[in-house]
Amino acid sequence: MKPAPFQYFAPTTLDQALDLLERYNYDAKPLAGGQSLVPAMNFRLARPGVLVDLNRVPDLAFVRPGSDGGLRIGAMTRQRQVERDPLVAERAPLIHETMPHIAHPQIRNRGTFGGSLAHADPAAELPAVLTALQGRFRLESKRGQRWLGADEFFVDFFTTALEPDELLVEIAVPPLPARTGWSFQEVARRHGDFAMAGLATLVTLDEQGRVQEARLVYLSVGDGPVTARQAAQVLQGQEPTEEAIQEAAEVAARQDVDPVSDIHASADYRRHLVKVLARRTLRVAVQRAKENGQG
Amino acid sequence: MNEHIAVTVTVNGQEYTRQVEPRMLLSDFLRHELDLTGTHVGCEHGVCGACTILLNGEPVRSCLLFAVQVQGQAITTVEGLASGPDPEDLHPLQQGFWEAHGLQCGFCTPGFLMTLVPFLEENPDPTEAEIREALSGNLCRCTGYQKIVEAVQLAAEKMRG
Repeated sequence: MKPAPFQYFAPTTLDQALDLLERYNYDAKPLAGGQSLVPAMNFRLARPGVLVDLNRVPDLAFVRPGSDGGLRIGAMTRQRQVERDPLVAERAPLIHETMPHIAHPQIRNRGTFGGSLAHADPAAELPAVLTALQGRFRLESKRGQRWLGADEFFVDFFTTALEPDELLVEIAVPPLPARTGWSFQEVARRHGDFAMAGLATLVTLDEQGRVQEARLVYLSVGDGPVTARQAAQVLQGQEPTEEAIQEAAEVAARQDVDPVSDIHASADYRRHLVKVLARRTLRVAVQRAKENGQG
Repeated sequence: MNEHIAVTVTVNGQEYTRQVEPRMLLSDFLRHELDLTGTHVGCEHGVCGACTILLNGEPVRSCLLFAVQVQGQAITTVEGLASGPDPEDLHPLQQGFWEAHGLQCGFCTPGFLMTLVPFLEENPDPTEAEIREALSGNLCRCTGYQKIVEAVQLAAEKMRG
């Protein structure tokens, strides 16, 4: 047996789960899909004294339409389910496009939407995507509930605003504005590997076809989702020409990111990918924004 | 801390009950408690795919689940694929691997089979690119994958009849 011993609880209601987290606090770790936590436990990098298994809490897995035209996704919804849900494809095409990039089907069959967000791996896709979409996160504990924006939720390397007695229970995804295009792309050595760099891009055009707003959020180039603010600034108010896209990509690589070298890729190569991904995703997102304007 | 918990699980249609520590991985449970050693254990952190099994019909890594989590659920392991002990009883995918030389040392094979059986059920006529993507979560150090791709193509033909 590889993991260190722990006490195991399998609550069947959210209230029981929150009770356990309140009681065991820093000693407890919620177990969602376990596709990141269990490897860490097998290596004994993580040695939680108490595991609170959320897999038997039925009310945490759902995809529902939001009253604002967006989506509500339960934290325990399996990634594979999100990938295949027609409502996600219709209302959150950026999420739909991203899901197949997350590891392998065997992992997505267990891995959960909220688990990946709460884990906050800087190389994970969903934190960057939910930051680009300005998703909102509902956190619940025995003390009550609170809603946080993605910018407040993701704090640092593997760190979120979740307190030890809190659970991420639900994610609200706002609808895309009119004339908005999207694109998610990443570069990995093999399909399903952690990406050396990835990018979630949204572009909204105004009625004259100029860029009203651009949002570019990278993964795997910093301590968490990295928003390329300078690059977005370059595009704002401009015609989305090839030259403007090129300029934004240069700025993203030069000013918005400060990647590190590791065994997967050098900092220089990551910076190169930042530029390439900006170009590729902006072209696609602009094209889709134009198509959405006609529709 | 070392308390044992009773787990009842159906594996390949047969029900088993065992008392286990919560930290026992499902992969170790299958091999050491149930003596179903067809499920192989490679990396034990979800990368190699050798331990892939079907949980309620879907392929998952058995090294990333605790045995206590599958209480009351249904599992299929590689032992559950063939319908009997004779060569002609093999699952068409096993036949395909045999005939197309889809294995050399065979260590990774159970994981490939358990990944690809549901894949072929969903995709009866996959392209080569789809097959390669489907097996990207399983590592093989012998074949270079070419023969595995051919085995899957052969199996797909057999399964289409």
